[in-house]
Amino acid sequence: MTEQVLLLLPPEGQNWSSLETYRAHDGYRGAEKALREMEPAKIVDEVKSSGLRGRGGAGFSTGTKWTFLPKDGRRPRYIACNADESEPGTFKDRQILERNPHKLIEGLLIAAYANEIDAAYVYMRGEYRSAFENLNRAIAEARSAGYLGKNILGTNLAFDIFVHRGAGAYICGEETGLMESLEGRKGQPRKRPPFPAVSGLWRQPTTINNVETMSHVPHIVLRGADWFKGIGTEKSTGTTIFGVSGDVVRPGTFELPLGTPLREIIFEHAGGLHPNRTLKAVIPGGVSMPVLTAEMAMQVAMDHDSLQKAGTLLGTGAIIVMDDRACMVRAAMVIARFFRHESCGQCTQCREGTGWLHKLMQGLEAGHGTKRDLEAIDEVAKFMEGHTICALADAAAWGTGWFLRRFRSEFEAHVEHRGCPLEGVSFEV
Amino acid sequence: MTAEAAVGAPALPESVRARIVAEFPKYPEKRAVLLSALHFVQEECEGWIRPEMVPEIAVLLEIREIEVWEVISFYSMFHSERVGRCHVKVCVNLSCCLRGARGMMRRLEELLDIRPGEVTEDGLFSLEGAECLGSCGTAPVIQVNNEAYLENVRLEELPAMLDRLRGRFSTSAGGAAGNGAAA
Ligand SMILES: Cc1cc2nc3c(=O)[nH]c(=O)nc-3n(C[C@H](O)[C@H](O)[C@H](O)COP(=O)(O)O)c2cc1C
Ligand code: SF4
Ligand code: FES
Repeated sequence: MTEQVLLLLPPEGQNWSSLETYRAHDGYRGAEKALREMEPAKIVDEVKSSGLRGRGGAGFSTGTKWTFLPKDGRRPRYIACNADESEPGTFKDRQILERNPHKLIEGLLIAAYANEIDAAYVYMRGEYRSAFENLNRAIAEARSAGYLGKNILGTNLAFDIFVHRGAGAYICGEETGLMESLEGRKGQPRKRPPFPAVSGLWRQPTTINNVETMSHVPHIVLRGADWFKGIGTEKSTGTTIFGVSGDVVRPGTFELPLGTPLREIIFEHAGGLHPNRTLKAVIPGGVSMPVLTAEMAMQVAMDHDSLQKAGTLLGTGAIIVMDDRACMVRAAMVIARFFRHESCGQCTQCREGTGWLHKLMQGLEAGHGTKRDLEAIDEVAKFMEGHTICALADAAAWGTGWFLRRFRSEFEAHVEHRGCPLEGVSFEV
Repeated sequence: MTAEAAVGAPALPESVRARIVAEFPKYPEKRAVLLSALHFVQEECEGWIRPEMVPEIAVLLEIREIEVWEVISFYSMFHSERVGRCHVKVCVNLSCCLRGARGMMRRLEELLDIRPGEVTEDGLFSLEGAECLGSCGTAPVIQVNNEAYLENVRLEELPAMLDRLRGRFSTSAGGAAGNGAAA
């Protein structure tokens, strides 16, 4: 079994939230190296060549994203750090925020120096009470130790971090929805262009990066891009925090190299299935990503390329496991309900489509679904893809439509049985 | 703080006002404090936002009242109607449902004799089905007010959990023991 490789998290049972403990584990040595020995452009290059890809869902190259920031001297410039973590199945950023918050602070500090950033706003979902308090405590500590504020580490760098609380809206994790929300409005995504790099928070240049993504920056700078590239696969470098939930014996988070086989994560790290159960389905990257059948899941490795080849995406690395008891229509129905609830309503395809998907699934469960309804699910899902202001509509289409396409016989059984054939066996919704 | 505050007297408690003003220096614009302001109100005023507070918040943040209302109605954590002093949220998204969340919700409905969206007659409890709370590895998950999560909750623990909450929230005169008083 692949050992956990702990770059982001302390060993199980430990908490490195205090500055003293963090410093005892190489804490702030990456920042010291960056600010004292490296040119800003060299840091951007290093992060680019490390192959680090965003851990918020889209998997875009972090170094490349930073190069989109304009070189026109316009200030202030911001980092919007995404701690909204609302993709169902995802609970990894919270581990960093609650157990290793200085890692994030150090990453943001290096990013600020590298990209001439004046302030970072960490947009944290409003429900994360403990994480909010823990991060604020760590920021205060970092500030009094001279890692934030003016003349950081004796240089002329001035930079600060503010934590901003959201209030229960999944769409605020979308990059421009987040910015609208941070500015004090409804979290309705903006049309692009202009892109956030040139016109983000308060119309100023802004880079948006996820908590886990930023937390990788300190060790990349300290130990070098080549070392980081030595972990994971060629195009999916480093580790990530996989979250495993659902029908496994030992759910939880496991920090492992990208490219670890899904079978190993489920059956070894997460303790496998409950006695006498068999695997039915796995969602590999949060509910926005296409579901896999057991057969597909047992052959795939958890990196961008392998998952794409298998017909899904890595997303947030949130693995939801369902055993033979689970009804696939119910699972799709919960997901459809979620997206219907979370659609911001700006685009017709999304607003109407999510409602239709939910109603069609409800019909199947209630026993009045028809063969025609199955075609309708497929058509609605296709009609939603690729035509909207943000990717929520695509996520809703993938997260539900692929249940039908990959578990068609179970959907058909709902039509034939006039209701759920797994009533009394499946989980309830 | 009650809704029948004397005419002309400010509805927004002075402590909330002070916390709002203290946030201003963090942002280039005052309106960015709106979400925080509404959280402060709920924390100090029994978990919901009274309509008479809205104009005062708007004046403080230099925005229109409608802009405050739009935000209140957009975000699921904000309540413009009274909730229980103990607002109980049960996550009913997929990972929690796989581990029995629906049964937990049903049991809570029986124990409290209310449905999601309702408040018990004594004003103590309200129930809500929540979307994923980001704690799927320790499902099922409950959040009371805005406190730290209750994780890996078991069905048989629910009566004792409610008793504990009754003990904490029923004696107080409201206010101070309101939402999020864990701080
Ligand atoms: C509907 C929707 C919800 C999203 N939610 C989150 C989220 O909760 N956290 C996150 O980091 N990224 C989320 N994203 C992705 C962000 O838009 C953005 O790509 C990401 O924060 C960029 O950071 P990264 O490059 O470090 O991944 C979401 C995207 C969409 C379309
Ligand atoms: S796709 Fe959906 S969530 Fe995104 S902007 Fe359009 S309506 Fe809003
Ligand atoms: S599904 Fe309940 S916490 Fe994520």
